[in-house]
Amino acid sequence: MLDVSKVRSCFPILNQVLYKRPIVYFDNAATTQKPNVVINTTTEYYTKYNSNIHRGVYYLSEKMTEAYNSARLIVKKFINAKNVHEIIFTSGTTESINLVAFSFGEAFIKEGDEIVISLMEHHSNIVPWQMLCERKKAKLKVLPITFSGELDFSLLPVIITDKTKIVAITHVSNTMGTVNNIKEVIKYAHSLNIPVLIDGAQGIQHQNVNVQELDCDFYAFSGHKIYGPTGIGVLYGKEKWLEAMPPYKGGGDMIKTVTFEKTTYNELPFKFEAGTTNFIGAIGLGTALKFVEELGKENIFEYENQLSNYLLNKLLELDFVRIIGLPEKRTSIVSFLINNIHHFDVGMMLDKMDIAVRTGSHCTQPLLKFFGIDGTVRASLTFYNTFDEIDYFIESLKKIKELFS
Amino acid sequence: MKTTDEIQKEIVEEFEGFEDWIEKYNYLMELAKNLPPFDEKYRKKENLIEGCQSQVWLGAEYKDGKLYFYADSDALITKGIIALLLRIFSGQSPNDILQTEPWCIDKIGLKAHLTPTRSNGLVSMIKQIKMYALAYKTKYNL
Repeated sequence: MLDVSKVRSCFPILNQVLYKRPIVYFDNAATTQKPNVVINTTTEYYTKYNSNIHRGVYYLSEKMTEAYNSARLIVKKFINAKNVHEIIFTSGTTESINLVAFSFGEAFIKEGDEIVISLMEHHSNIVPWQMLCERKKAKLKVLPITFSGELDFSLLPVIITDKTKIVAITHVSNTMGTVNNIKEVIKYAHSLNIPVLIDGAQGIQHQNVNVQELDCDFYAFSGHKIYGPTGIGVLYGKEKWLEAMPPYKGGGDMIKTVTFEKTTYNELPFKFEAGTTNFIGAIGLGTALKFVEELGKENIFEYENQLSNYLLNKLLELDFVRIIGLPEKRTSIVSFLINNIHHFDVGMMLDKMDIAVRTGSHCTQPLLKFFGIDGTVRASLTFYNTFDEIDYFIESLKKIKELFS
Repeated sequence: MKTTDEIQKEIVEEFEGFEDWIEKYNYLMELAKNLPPFDEKYRKKENLIEGCQSQVWLGAEYKDGKLYFYADSDALITKGIIALLLRIFSGQSPNDILQTEPWCIDKIGLKAHLTPTRSNGLVSMIKQIKMYALAYKTKYNL
């Protein structure tokens, strides 16, 4: 079992009083707070070992390179990748998806080909593919969803066809919290020999991710959403695809030899890591993943599940609340609206009550259009949140409802 | 006619009486509700200032050397701040509008609403008010 008060003591920001009480941080889908170990490791590496990786023959550089390499190994183990060189460090999920959209696109997409995404994608998993489609005169096809906020599997054979060259689907909806049955999507796409990219921005921190078991071809996620530093992320890709894809950016470290006539590219993963990477960010991410593993993924997910059910049931009791998306399987993200009160007003009020939530479209405008709305209030919880915080949140919503009536 | 500075001083005085943010926000909501109904002829695409979170409509009319503004928003707190901005800017001459900064918003503790990242459309609204003033100043050679 998770000792929540002990967990909370690892996150210094959670004790900070903003207006009147310690912050109730319910915006974890936007970014998560950082535990002391991550903050300290980052400081330690800047303080004691700062030097560039892969270049120096001296002590500091070797020490830094070693730490960077072990961070990659931690990521590999965390998602159970087959090979360590299948782990590419990027700046985050957005860059990971852009990398695939560009490089996979260069190698495999031709005029008339089709790319499949779903209606519930974050703009980061829409726009890179649109750009690719424009560049290659390919076509973007969208898998519809049901009103409960789940992928419409009955339409899978209609949308994914022999013209499809790649499928890009989110693991977990950043707006509704839906956990998609990605295994089923992958299985179906693979039956037609189509590779699948999973946007794991909201999946990696709340679900067990085993890329070999899932058999996904790409899995993208961000460090800052799993208690790591900002500006670091991961692209997992199967070796066979990564080998076949051209580099995405040119620069140092991604080359073997350079003459003005021809450049030979370096091996994986360096082929995709041009220039000086965010190596201290990567080390911080490694520390964050170790932190999660020490607490135990099972313990974390079980507690988050309890939180999620509690919050959902409390919200369902309020007759003035409309929940957007009621999928069968979900994480601790809930989007809702309060009758007659603009989501922006609700967010402003909650802020003054020391509650941080996200309001607006959550970068999923097509999804909101489907529900006929232009924004929601989104509460996204994680394992350092508590039942008491949920109670306070619900009381605050009741108070806001009163203030507006 | 009061100057924009005089109006802003009045606003600051009104807000001085409030003990906490609930009273402040309540007052803003009251101002929003008391704003005369928005003339629907102004609710058109050209007058829409899109924020990421809340939308603002802004129409303008020029009469006898003064500019009159009409505005609305789908979010109530935003609309309350709009009411304050209209009180300051509406009915002033283009020259006065161009020389006015809404400093009172900072004084009454609502500065956060006017930062560009807040995306509630208010920063764009002020910019648009000044654009109108500049346009009429140029048109009528004021």
